[in-house]
Amino acid sequence: MSKYILKRVLLMIPTLIGAGILVFFLLRLVPGDVCELRFAGTGLYVDQEQIDICRKNLGIDRPIFIQFADFMFGFFTFDYGTSMWTGKPVLEEIGLRFELSLQVAIMATFVAVIIAIPLGAISAIKQDTWLDYAVRAFSIAGIAIPSFWLGIMIILGLLIVTQEMTGIPWMPPIEYKAIWDDPVHNISQLIWPAVATGYRYSAVATRMTRSALLEVLREDYIRTARAKGLVEKVVINRHALKNSMLPVVTIIGIEFAFLMGGLVVTEQVFNLNGLGKLFVESVTNQDYAMTQSLVMLVVLIFVITNLVIDLAYAWLDPRIRYS
Amino acid sequence: MTTVSESAVEAQIEELGDKTPFLKAAAKMARKQPVGVAGLAVVILMIFASVFAPWLTPYHPEYNDFANMLTAPNAEYILGTDQFGRDIFTRIIYGARTALFVGFTAATVGAVLGLVLGVASAYFGGIFDLVFQRIMDVFMAFPLIILALAVVATLGTGTENVIIAITIPFVPQCARVVRSNALAIREIPYVDAARALGFGHARIILRHMAPNVMAPFLILFTAFVGQAILLEASLSYLGMGVQEPTPAWGLMLQGGAEEYAESAPWVAIWPGVAISLAVFGFNLFGDAVRDTLDPRLRSR
Repeated sequence: MSKYILKRVLLMIPTLIGAGILVFFLLRLVPGDVCELRFAGTGLYVDQEQIDICRKNLGIDRPIFIQFADFMFGFFTFDYGTSMWTGKPVLEEIGLRFELSLQVAIMATFVAVIIAIPLGAISAIKQDTWLDYAVRAFSIAGIAIPSFWLGIMIILGLLIVTQEMTGIPWMPPIEYKAIWDDPVHNISQLIWPAVATGYRYSAVATRMTRSALLEVLREDYIRTARAKGLVEKVVINRHALKNSMLPVVTIIGIEFAFLMGGLVVTEQVFNLNGLGKLFVESVTNQDYAMTQSLVMLVVLIFVITNLVIDLAYAWLDPRIRYS
Repeated sequence: MTTVSESAVEAQIEELGDKTPFLKAAAKMARKQPVGVAGLAVVILMIFASVFAPWLTPYHPEYNDFANMLTAPNAEYILGTDQFGRDIFTRIIYGARTALFVGFTAATVGAVLGLVLGVASAYFGGIFDLVFQRIMDVFMAFPLIILALAVVATLGTGTENVIIAITIPFVPQCARVVRSNALAIREIPYVDAARALGFGHARIILRHMAPNVMAPFLILFTAFVGQAILLEASLSYLGMGVQEPTPAWGLMLQGGAEEYAESAPWVAIWPGVAISLAVFGFNLFGDAVRDTLDPRLRSR
């Protein structure tokens, strides 16, 4: 087992280097750089010398392969440098937003799971009834409705409902407070983006639960369980559901990993200062150091989540053994 | 003599038509998948709207009626106007053009490239396959929107660049699925036979192997169109996609929609309904295609 984990960790390295190459050279293909952008923003006349000094300070005047080697070396030695735009350490800037994005991702995953598993199970048990069709329509709608539009509609709905009920329109708070500082404030701000993205992510998981459960329900051991007189509830909960969770865990895990970086649009709607917003800002400012680190972080979370999913398999299905 | 043989050939073709898996599948699908047909109806409605947009709409999509900005829906403007006094109904109909153009182009290019690369990877195997799979791994490790945003940042905004940005993440997704199907096909003797006949690699890949992975290809293609429409809307909403004054649904939700959501909800509601309906239609249709073409998933 430990040998397997070691092998998998080693296999992450080529993926990470590949992602590094991709983002590094993609960013450098963009015309202009952070120095030109910074001086262009002042609106004053800037001579070339100043731009050159700026480039020299940031180290982006060096040969491109040296810069790349520096970036990769920094990544694997946990040295992420400073933001080229704000001048603050990259880790500090990311740390500020990481908490928020992580919380929204966890809450959204939670919303997705509590929607997906019961609905998927009902849909499978009541296959081809109107209930099944309703659940399927609900989940296909979840994939079709853009989460940013759902977000706008949630805000609009909140405004209208609170206006009707209390006379004063209420909007989720804009300012972020950590959950341990002010739980009510925190939840009342983050529950809405979590619902907007959670519904969307529940859609795929609902369909997966349904099809996996349908497959398991046709197995012989389910017939055996029924034949020996087990209550249907026990057959479903103990025998069928647990064995159909394998693909569902995969989907939920992968979606969680993607949520960490993929909240870009939702954060925009709810005006949240998370990793997605930081990504858009750093791309727009051509802040190489920040963008590179963010992308590497997202990819790292993805590969680690994949490993955790594979290990969870062995726990869920003891027949799977890794060597 | 010729006339006789021609009609005989025609008869044969007709007979073949009955046996062609595609036509048979299409007929079967219509019978067994009423929901899929509903999806297809939405798709056809969208195509109709985009082709006949100038005849269906009362205004030019870029016409500003500054006397009637943010007007609530009325007889003159059936879905109201936006903050620039433009007719929302007109812009939604024209928006279907943008959505379909981006959706179909990105899905076609992405799926075809993925098909060729996926089959080639399975066919050549060995070191080529290994390296190619690792490269695909890298692309798959990015969330769709992050990769698309990075590409837009490199190329700049605008419709063409958005299409490229959406196409790139599709290629590895398609290549991965096609490859696993093509691996099985590679072991079938007719591929060896083709090789023994001295056909080139390109011919074997394109003429002999690719047509046999059409089922997963079509399934992915229909799914891609819906995804591409959604992704284009997201990018445009972020201001990194299609640019003004091109009518695009995501763009209609940017800026004004949130700002005026309370005072003029029609600005925010209708473009979102259009996006949802379009993607819903493509997904329903795609599901029906999948159920029809993939026997393992049928009647689940």
